[in-house]
Amino acid sequence: MRLQLNGEPVDTEAATLQALLLERDYGDAVVATAVNGRFVPGPARADLKLNPGDLIEVLAPMQGG
Amino acid sequence: MRSFYGTTLPNALMLGTAQYPSPAILAEAFKRSQAAVATVSLRRESSHDRAGQDFWGLIRDLGVRVLPNTAGCHTVKEAVTTAHMAREIFGTKWIKLEVIGDEDTLQPDVFGLVEAARILTEDGFQVFPYTTEDLVVAGKLLTVGCEVLMPWGAPIGSGLGLNNLFGLRAIRAHFPEVPLVIDAGIGLPSHAARAMELGFDAVLLNTAVAKAGDPAGMAEAFALALRAGQLAADADPMEPRDMASPSTPLIGQAFLS
Repeated sequence: MRLQLNGEPVDTEAATLQALLLERDYGDAVVATAVNGRFVPGPARADLKLNPGDLIEVLAPMQGG
Repeated sequence: MRSFYGTTLPNALMLGTAQYPSPAILAEAFKRSQAAVATVSLRRESSHDRAGQDFWGLIRDLGVRVLPNTAGCHTVKEAVTTAHMAREIFGTKWIKLEVIGDEDTLQPDVFGLVEAARILTEDGFQVFPYTTEDLVVAGKLLTVGCEVLMPWGAPIGSGLGLNNLFGLRAIRAHFPEVPLVIDAGIGLPSHAARAMELGFDAVLLNTAVAKAGDPAGMAEAFALALRAGQLAADADPMEPRDMASPSTPLIGQAFLS
């Protein structure tokens, strides 16, 4: 299925958010996730089923003022 | 110094982490200033370069308390979602809440700010709201659960200093028990000292240090200015007056004319 990952279209076979992160090589990276504008806590990623067209955000610490 | 949600900071400097020439210079600025708090943010992470992981390692090595922000958020929903993501990543209930309402001035949308502060406070966050010096807005932020207020000195990144001294004096006088932080617009150490002399509890700044020719030197200058301002405030400054008053005693002066 095709969905949007950090604003870019991606084709994936991953069924869950957790699987998508593994497939996309995030591995043990410290990230926070949201799907369709809603925060998905780390422990909930494995149960979060993905659907075509989902908007996935994967964020990490960044410089800020 | 007043405490921030029960935390007493070692000094009054909250320093941003953006726009430095290099990570090494960022680290040196924190070392020279001994800043008590580092503000941080969240952005999209690429799995290829993992820039965020390196940055997070650098910040952890600084050993300072972090204050995540919701910079760039224009709606309540964006700000609330970002705050939740920040809490998970940074492991802190502190959140510098920004809901931007105007692109030219980066002035806060105070209506959205109050609503987002209410939601986040109910969710257990300890909110540091980036607001204006408006007393009514300040009162509403306190009513919804904020225990700290962060009025702007001037527009973010402008370096203009304390644009509305009357308004800042008023908010200090109106909420004498509330920890107040000047957030945004500071350009020079003298601005920071002035804020402390007015009775503010801390200053949050970034661009004035990061964009200086020598960021580490400027960071130390700010630390010294904040300390001077704090000492001055504690020492109970004199009241200014319009007319001259001789400081040298006139008694015993020779008659020489």
